[in-house]
Amino acid sequence: MRHILAFIWKHNFFFLFLVLEILSIALLVNQSYYQRAVITNVTDRVTGRVFDSYSSVTGYFLLRKENERLASENAILWQRVKQGQLTTDTLSTLLVDTLNRQTYRYMVAKVISNSTNHRNNYIMLNKGKIHGIEPDMAVINPEGIVGTVVSVSENFSWVMSVLNKHSKVSARINRLNQMGTVLWQGSNPEIGSLTDIPVHVKVNQGDSIYTSGYSYIFPEAVMVGEVIEIKIKEGEHFYDIDFRWAADFNSLTYVYVIKNLYREEQVELSKQVIDE
Amino acid sequence: MNRSYTYIAARFILLVATQVLLIDHMQLGGYINPPVYVLFILLLPFQTPGWVLLITSFILGLSVDAFSNSTGLHAASSVFMAFIRPYIIKGVGAPAEYEGHLDPGIHDMGTNWFLVYSGILIFMHQLAYGILESFYLREAGIILLRVLLSTVATLVIVVLIEYLFTRKKK
Repeated sequence: MRHILAFIWKHNFFFLFLVLEILSIALLVNQSYYQRAVITNVTDRVTGRVFDSYSSVTGYFLLRKENERLASENAILWQRVKQGQLTTDTLSTLLVDTLNRQTYRYMVAKVISNSTNHRNNYIMLNKGKIHGIEPDMAVINPEGIVGTVVSVSENFSWVMSVLNKHSKVSARINRLNQMGTVLWQGSNPEIGSLTDIPVHVKVNQGDSIYTSGYSYIFPEAVMVGEVIEIKIKEGEHFYDIDFRWAADFNSLTYVYVIKNLYREEQVELSKQVIDE
Repeated sequence: MNRSYTYIAARFILLVATQVLLIDHMQLGGYINPPVYVLFILLLPFQTPGWVLLITSFILGLSVDAFSNSTGLHAASSVFMAFIRPYIIKGVGAPAEYEGHLDPGIHDMGTNWFLVYSGILIFMHQLAYGILESFYLREAGIILLRVLLSTVATLVIVVLIEYLFTRKKK
């Protein structure tokens, strides 16, 4: 025993290195939702405040772009306002209202930290548990999809950007009604990739990609991007499609956090099927 | 001596702040994210005991991690870099004991020495970082490209900081 201790003491530099390295890698690899939540709760108290005051300064630089975005979104929303439409039949309007129950609740949050230059990018929002944010809520901006909430503390939340190797979003090319999966290959933050589209359909450049709504997270038909390059690998049955993201991830300022009000019910139901 | 501790503590805070508030928000073509904070590890005095070197690097890495939601990633690569630092110093050539208070900076050791020393260490840091971050073998090409580009970018920024913010000792 003494010899072992003496040996460790003699090589304390190496053993301390080993301990710290294993500790860091364990932190990196072993991240369950629970651990993540515990760590976030502790660190966000400091980092959240720092990013909050930082973004209150840098926010001014993006005001012009944000205004344009809001104006164009307002234009779209005005078209949906009843005054902007011809009323054909009062009865049908009433029927539409009772038939459609609200499925998604939208909340506005401000991006206070964001990155696009890592392999795994995360976004911090200035809203958290007390504002009703929960993990697995969808995050979009007026242009397109942004990410999914992964961890929440009292006042802040971390969003896994779609620019992340763990991000997989179910999407659809609307013109063809074909389902695929949206991923990010990690090189260019402007380009995403769409897989699982079979080669027997004809995909064109410029086809729009929308969310499919099959994931219980994202609502249906949120813009994802526009196809720019279509590749087929020898002997593969699926395309490798590159597309340009609709959202400009570098200039994110305000985003919508979306709660699917029926998510629990849907997940519960799908569990029953899987269990059997 | 107390004065130099204050300097080192201030350097720690300034470099972490520069990293998380400035560098992490810069866009350099999507491939590059230069970890400028490693300058702290590079500039720790030659006499720093091994365990201090490792533990400060660990805390440094964790601080940057807290701001980028990547628990352990920066810590692991910083600890690795701190671990190989003494061997690199030995390899590149350390100053003799009696030369007194020399720091591993550009002014005391010269541009060539500093370029080789920090070039190797930053490269090793980035290599560890790239491998731990991605873990995909099929992304090996991209990882290597990223590592090389970030290493060069970091080296340029680190040398600039050294020239701009440190004075020659009299």
